[in-house]
Amino acid sequence: MPTPYTKLVIEHFKNPHNVGEIEDADVKVTEGSPACGDMLTLYLKVDPLTHKIVDVKFRSYGCASNIATGSIMTDMVKGKTIEEAEKITWKDAAEALGGLPPVKVHCSVLAADALHSALEIYVEKNGLEKEKKPTTVEIVFQKLSHVIDPENGVDIVKSKIIKKLKVENGIISIGLEIPEDSQFAGNIKEEILERLEYLWDIKEVKVVFTG
Amino acid sequence: MRVYLDNATSTKVDDRVIEAMVPFFRDYYALPSSQFTHSYGMEVSDLVNEAREFILQKIGGTKPEEIIFTSGGTESNNLAIKGTAYANQKKGKHIVTSSIEHLSVIESVRKLEKEGFEITFLPVDQKGYVNIETLSKSLRDDTILVSIQMGNHETGTLQNIKEISKIVKQKNITFHTDASIAWPYIEDVEINNIDLMTISPHKFHGPKGIGILYVKKGSVLNKIIDGGYNENNLRAGSENTPGIMGAKKAIEIFSKDDVRRIEELRNYLREKIEVKIPDVEFNTPVESSLPHILNCTFKYVEGEAISLRLDFAGIAVTTGSACYSRNLQASYILIAMGRTHEQSHGSIRFSLSKYNSKDEIDYTVEKLSSIVEDLRKLSPLGKE
Repeated sequence: MPTPYTKLVIEHFKNPHNVGEIEDADVKVTEGSPACGDMLTLYLKVDPLTHKIVDVKFRSYGCASNIATGSIMTDMVKGKTIEEAEKITWKDAAEALGGLPPVKVHCSVLAADALHSALEIYVEKNGLEKEKKPTTVEIVFQKLSHVIDPENGVDIVKSKIIKKLKVENGIISIGLEIPEDSQFAGNIKEEILERLEYLWDIKEVKVVFTG
Repeated sequence: MRVYLDNATSTKVDDRVIEAMVPFFRDYYALPSSQFTHSYGMEVSDLVNEAREFILQKIGGTKPEEIIFTSGGTESNNLAIKGTAYANQKKGKHIVTSSIEHLSVIESVRKLEKEGFEITFLPVDQKGYVNIETLSKSLRDDTILVSIQMGNHETGTLQNIKEISKIVKQKNITFHTDASIAWPYIEDVEINNIDLMTISPHKFHGPKGIGILYVKKGSVLNKIIDGGYNENNLRAGSENTPGIMGAKKAIEIFSKDDVRRIEELRNYLREKIEVKIPDVEFNTPVESSLPHILNCTFKYVEGEAISLRLDFAGIAVTTGSACYSRNLQASYILIAMGRTHEQSHGSIRFSLSKYNSKDEIDYTVEKLSSIVEDLRKLSPLGKE
């Protein structure tokens, strides 16, 4: 059947590997949102001694290329050490699939983004960074650029709803211009905490809604 | 089993239509515009005029020159809109349309907007209906054209064209309706109040490459394709005679009994989906819709994934998901109807034809139900 997808993409899309959740995951991270059309949640379980990825699972709300990339990417990192996994890029996954149509790239990058976010969180949570960088406003902004406002599918940095951001004495204070009773306030706050709370020099993350 | 449920995109050409076309490749290959040159042309000209008369009767027009043959619905819409705008710009530069028109309408008025015309895009409600009062209020002294589709190609929503055209004509404004997906499924049109109507034969088992624009006598429009005096001097270019004869045949054999059967099948599909699959939202309004379209949203899953998996099972449909579209935008039609991006991404359009059977619908729902269930297992959404 002629499709823009390779046989391998179709195979992984039809029967994706590593689908599901890990109850006692070391890291759970979500990239994207239904509003942007794709969303992927990734779970990592890592051996604390060897830092090898012993289990990895994902769930995807997405199209064929998103699902197929999630499937092959999780195959590729299983059994690898954190350091080895960090080197695997979206391009490696796309190549392993035999290529993806250019128009579908944006749907599939999400799987790689989720993996790298998850690895970063694991490394920082466990103090495995080569050098411990103090958390700056720039670093916080970079991390918040992965938090999507479900209302419009745009990340909260790009959509300019962050009205205040301060990092002081181990406390991050964030002021968001959305009403506290907004449908998505709780979800956004949770995502922010997941991305910042574990940072080695951070004691507290305060999120204030000023909408 | 292979099931084609994408008939709102294009249909299988009826064998009788193909037979009616063949002589115009093989024997009657001269052009009707050669009628004054030789008898070859004269013969064809007579046959084309017969076809024109026949189509005119079906539409309910009065003069044969009211039927203009074009290359398709897209060109008909371009001609109706740009043609009217350019010819009447001294009277005014305001055009009213809706936000859920076909892209050939939307992009035509967008182009005019860049050239200095002012466009009002009427909003639609949750079901896709244009509000009559809002429409009425949008009409101004300098409004020269109102273009509202008869039926929507994605959701099947049928506008109240009788009421809309009446209001527009009361103000002496040119009224165009894009009936590409609607006519002749909806034949009962008040042609008296319609100045311009787009018809697209490949949507009802006619050939591709031929379109019709009904242009009521007295309408003033410029031609947009130059190079000759064909089609009442509104459309230059060699006449697509096989296409014209195929269009005529498709109109001739179109049957109301088929429409009734298709509508029954469509309703059967809807009921089966409702019974078999949880968390479905229907985007096609029950009250007034085209008989052959059913659009619904399967919550928590993305449409391209559904349509691709259906295709593996031999079933052809289409989706309003951004992942499927070439511009990676979710369906502007569903968004205009107040759906969220998520609802639009999970939407699937089923469009039926006379060639579909009840067995095919049963097979489709059976496959659909397991595909949706499977993809929902995969999805991080809807788990609580």
